[in-house]
Amino acid sequence: MDFRTYQTEGFHDELFNPDNRPRTAASLLVQRIESLPTGDLVRRKKAAEAALMSMGVTFNVYGADGGTERIFPFDIVPRIIDGSDWAPIERGLVQRTQALNLFLQDIYDGQKIIADGVIPRQVIESGTAFRPQCKGLKPPKGIWCHINGADLVRDGKGVFHVLEDNLRCPSGVSYVLENRQVLKRTFPVVFEESHVRAVDDYPNRLFDALMHLTPETIATPTAVVLTPGIYNSAYFEHSFLAQQMGVELVEGRDLVVQDGYVCMKTTKGLQRVDVIYRRIDDDFIDPQTFRKDSMIGIPGLMDVYRAGRVALANAPGTGIADDKVVYAYVPKMIEYYLKQEPIIPNVPTYLCWEEKDRKYVLENLDKLVVKSANEAGGYGMLVGPHATQAERQEFAGRIAATPRNYIAQPTLALSRAPVMVEDHFEGRHVDLRPYIIYGESIYVIPGGLTRVALRKGSLVVNSSQGGGSKDTWVVDVSGSAGKGDSRDGVSTGQSQGQGQGGVSC
Amino acid sequence: MLSRVADSIYWTSRYIERAENVARFLDVNLLLMLESSSLGLHDQWEPIVAATGDIKIFKERYGKATQQSVIRFLATDVENPNSILSCVRSARENARTIREVISSEMWERINGMYHLVGAATGGAGGVLESPHDFFTAVKLASHLFEGVTDSTMSHNEAWHFAKAGRLLERADKTSRIVDVKYFMLLPKADDVGTPLDTLQWQALLRSASALEMYRKKFQRITPARVAQFLILDHQFPRAIHYCLLVAEDCLHIISGSPQDTFSNRAEQRLGKLRADFSYTSIDEIVGFGLHEYLDQFQNRLNGVGQAISETFFGISAES
Repeated sequence: MDFRTYQTEGFHDELFNPDNRPRTAASLLVQRIESLPTGDLVRRKKAAEAALMSMGVTFNVYGADGGTERIFPFDIVPRIIDGSDWAPIERGLVQRTQALNLFLQDIYDGQKIIADGVIPRQVIESGTAFRPQCKGLKPPKGIWCHINGADLVRDGKGVFHVLEDNLRCPSGVSYVLENRQVLKRTFPVVFEESHVRAVDDYPNRLFDALMHLTPETIATPTAVVLTPGIYNSAYFEHSFLAQQMGVELVEGRDLVVQDGYVCMKTTKGLQRVDVIYRRIDDDFIDPQTFRKDSMIGIPGLMDVYRAGRVALANAPGTGIADDKVVYAYVPKMIEYYLKQEPIIPNVPTYLCWEEKDRKYVLENLDKLVVKSANEAGGYGMLVGPHATQAERQEFAGRIAATPRNYIAQPTLALSRAPVMVEDHFEGRHVDLRPYIIYGESIYVIPGGLTRVALRKGSLVVNSSQGGGSKDTWVVDVSGSAGKGDSRDGVSTGQSQGQGQGGVSC
Repeated sequence: MLSRVADSIYWTSRYIERAENVARFLDVNLLLMLESSSLGLHDQWEPIVAATGDIKIFKERYGKATQQSVIRFLATDVENPNSILSCVRSARENARTIREVISSEMWERINGMYHLVGAATGGAGGVLESPHDFFTAVKLASHLFEGVTDSTMSHNEAWHFAKAGRLLERADKTSRIVDVKYFMLLPKADDVGTPLDTLQWQALLRSASALEMYRKKFQRITPARVAQFLILDHQFPRAIHYCLLVAEDCLHIISGSPQDTFSNRAEQRLGKLRADFSYTSIDEIVGFGLHEYLDQFQNRLNGVGQAISETFFGISAES
């Protein structure tokens, strides 16, 4: 299989230059793929899929009876990012995470950013993810957003933009780690020669970040991952991360508040829990503080949190920072809190609650992408150019009714990458979700999850909407990165066979 | 470890063991019928349903016990919570919630077994077409799971719960396999001790994979010796006494309390029950009535199961 017939068709392509020659960072991979005997790539693809299947890398689909497991569609051609292109992204994400954290600290305390006129009060207070219950909270070490998943896209010129922030319970990192395991086996030679930056230490970094939140007076703190249960679409990931970190995976019913502490129910009685990596939304985490009807939360959890006797990652209330209206103000936050220019730009955003913008949006629905301010997973979204007249009219009605709930962005000519379609390659649109961990310092995973819109021409990459994924390689072209140490010497002790155990003569 | 997790792993391994034993039940009856037909006795399928304790549900759903209806009920009926299919399904549902506790090999084995049993429910190539092959495959799949559990999972607290669950389940099922003979009718009362009788006892041993090990110990097959071997042997891994000894060990390793003492109700009940088996002779059992003895044992074993559940899985905030 080769790339001779592959066309970039005027889009920015992740592996190829506009003249259809491979980019420097990708040339090794392209050469390798083209040198494989006919049918070999298909065999490797089948082997990779079988590996993912037996590893149980699945997600659950809502609505299907009792939650059905599916394999997350996966394309074996990795997306490759040149290390020198990656450096500014990494710096930009650190910067953005710092600013978002300072924003959260401020908005649940003095609200100086409102007083100084940078963000209108009504934007904050009308946000459905704003939690007045969190005012005055003092999260351990002043960290609110411990884990952030930023969605990045590249426009027609190849410039990276932040499309949205995810500061609630961003998911997908388990696919990054599992995809990598599979790709190492699929392209071992190219992988080694390409000097791909490692992602495998993510669980260690996450564990360290959780431990960073516990008081030093506790010798061996207990961390847990809190899941809504096996029917949650990201259950595989919850289970995977708990396993990789070697901590318990708990459900709400495993935890109880007793004598001012959060405890888990064990075979030896109640055991204290010091830090919870929670994958349950704020709304459901404590029926005494948030939604009363939550069956999956822990009554009284927030009281323990307020008293500083348990740490939560992410902190409750972080959702306001990834509200899609608040998103539009993040560049201003960076300038306000850090006195810096934003390194990664936002996608231009029209705010429907502002009359001038709303007018423009309603007149240009056929050119814009409209998003609901608080939905994720590709739900509550209109891709104007691909929508029918009726769909556009329906959205116009929704915008007019609750303008605060909607934003609009120009339809970007998202960058593409080649994917295997039967016996040849075709370009498909991609985005990128790097994961950022805020612990003692801020760590950005090199690369992240590349999501692919597998349907031809589609711009929606979400797994619930026909999206798939690719492994993402950040490679150092100069080759300066050192190789792993190879082991010198050989083992001398041989395995003993039958009859060899006796006294030697 | 979490109570919920302990509960799930204990039941995962119990259900797998149960599936295996139901396959053994059905297989022994197939054997018995083969042996009997040569001696002019017609099919008896009701006894094994009686021995499982689910005869009432069976009668409601199927009426007459034939080879086909009994195999369907015990192998692939989803309405029967103790059918092979239901057991494997329950094991998988439990395992799904503790994926981070068990090894990936264990999960793959359970998945494999689930697909094996699922595939057998269909018509062509289904269990009714070649029942013996199917039962053999189920037994092997269970052994594979047990082996993988032993060699890929740390022998930690969770593993001991799995082991205790498996052995308690096995103890119960071995008692029911022995009991099949009680329900099995001989043509005439004075057929006791005839070649037919001996053949039936031999089939029983075979269904517990015990024939060769039995021969090493007793050579000649007599009813009392067979019962003694399957009930009181302390070395044969499917004998009730052996199962109780190992399960008791597991509970002591979990709790940390010394042998021959107890620190919770589960240990107390199991210890008493095990002591009975350690110090009872087969003559006493026969004198008491074999069936009555086994029936009483099954009830006491259920009491142990209940105590395990209350002691380890049912922690409440107040306790």
